Amino acid sequence: MAEAMKIDNLDTEFKDEVLGKLPEAGFDLCLTCGTCTGGCAASELMDMDPRKLIRMLNLGMDEQVKSSEWKWVCSMCARCVSACPMNINIPALIFNMRASVPRDKKPKGILGSCDQHIRTGSAMGAKKEDFEWTVLDVAEEIREEHPGFEDLQVSIDRIGATMILNQNSREPVTEPEEMGPLWKILHTVGADWTYPSVMWAGENYCMFMADLEGWKYIVEEFVHHVDNNLKSPYVVNTE
Amino acid sequence: MRRFKIPHKFELTTIIELYAQWIKEGKLKVNSDWNKDIGAKFTVQDPCNIGRKSGSNKIIDDLRFVIKAVVGEENFIDTVPNRGNNYCCGGGGGALQAGFPDERRAYGKTKFNQIAATGATYVIAPCHNCHGQVEDIGEHYGGNYHVVHLWTIICLAMGVLGETERTYLGPDLAEVGL
Repeated sequence: MAEAMKIDNLDTEFKDEVLGKLPEAGFDLCLTCGTCTGGCAASELMDMDPRKLIRMLNLGMDEQVKSSEWKWVCSMCARCVSACPMNINIPALIFNMRASVPRDKKPKGILGSCDQHIRTGSAMGAKKEDFEWTVLDVAEEIREEHPGFEDLQVSIDRIGATMILNQNSREPVTEPEEMGPLWKILHTVGADWTYPSVMWAGENYCMFMADLEGWKYIVEEFVHHVDNNLKSPYVVNTE
Repeated sequence: MRRFKIPHKFELTTIIELYAQWIKEGKLKVNSDWNKDIGAKFTVQDPCNIGRKSGSNKIIDDLRFVIKAVVGEENFIDTVPNRGNNYCCGGGGGALQAGFPDERRAYGKTKFNQIAATGATYVIAPCHNCHGQVEDIGEHYGGNYHVVHLWTIICLAMGVLGETERTYLGPDLAEVGL
């Protein structure tokens, strides 16, 4: 027979650690109602669900919590926390579970995308020179072959442009023609815009990986470039 | 920026809000006449980041305004549930690259069922992650829909969508406006 758990002297180190950083995450407030789990598309995958995870955390089952690969299956969509009557921040727990994994043990795909981004400015690993070449090449093709867009202007790092646009790096790398329709719309409304050469990509896998340092570096580089070099008043997220 | 309290001078906005603003201002002239006789049905995938996680329904309401303007109100079929209460497609949070494809697809079954129930043959996915995942689960579960970027349909409605910009359109729309 399993031994009864003594709840008066539970060692809840991981819970305490996360709550230390984020007291409002409120794990102790869980009523075990299961509303989170009822509306979670990742429930039951890998024999895990949000309610069970919070129970395990509160019971101090730190090793099982931290080692569960479910942290990479949950997409941190936040449906659970928006439904929770006690507003318990389950996605923040997932983020901290991900953060607890040493860098070299994180999923290779996410790690690769994060490293590429830090190195080149995009998760697909396209350097700014390649991005610039592709963008200008596609724009030239549109000017030559698409009637009505002979004057289409596409630029990178145009100082003082009203708007800075980011672009998911999958477009220039795998489907460059998909950028054309966006540019045509911008051209039609007379938008004054440019792409940045620094951290130009819309995605951020370092954030998904819970690599705070990498995530912060990407954002800081981008903000610095826009504020100090390009001096643009608006940044437009294109996705 | 909020997370790290990084100060910035610029204002952050989304292209979806700008599309809606430009249509309202008359700068972006679109209508749904092209779809009157064809009657192609569209639904939408609400990205969690601009929906539920943005703290309001502002952006995804703008998204619906734009979609209805370009495909016709009668040709838009919403998923249930939707907007702030929508289900994640299962491709977010790095899942597309996390190395658990079976779980990712099992997660996406909820989204697939939601889309299938609308009967729409086109899903507008304004987020690239969602686009990839919704397309993948469509192929995996034998869905009867195409996944398109929003800008494709706007340009189609403007009559300026080029021949090379139609990768994601089905045969029913491949020639429209050419």
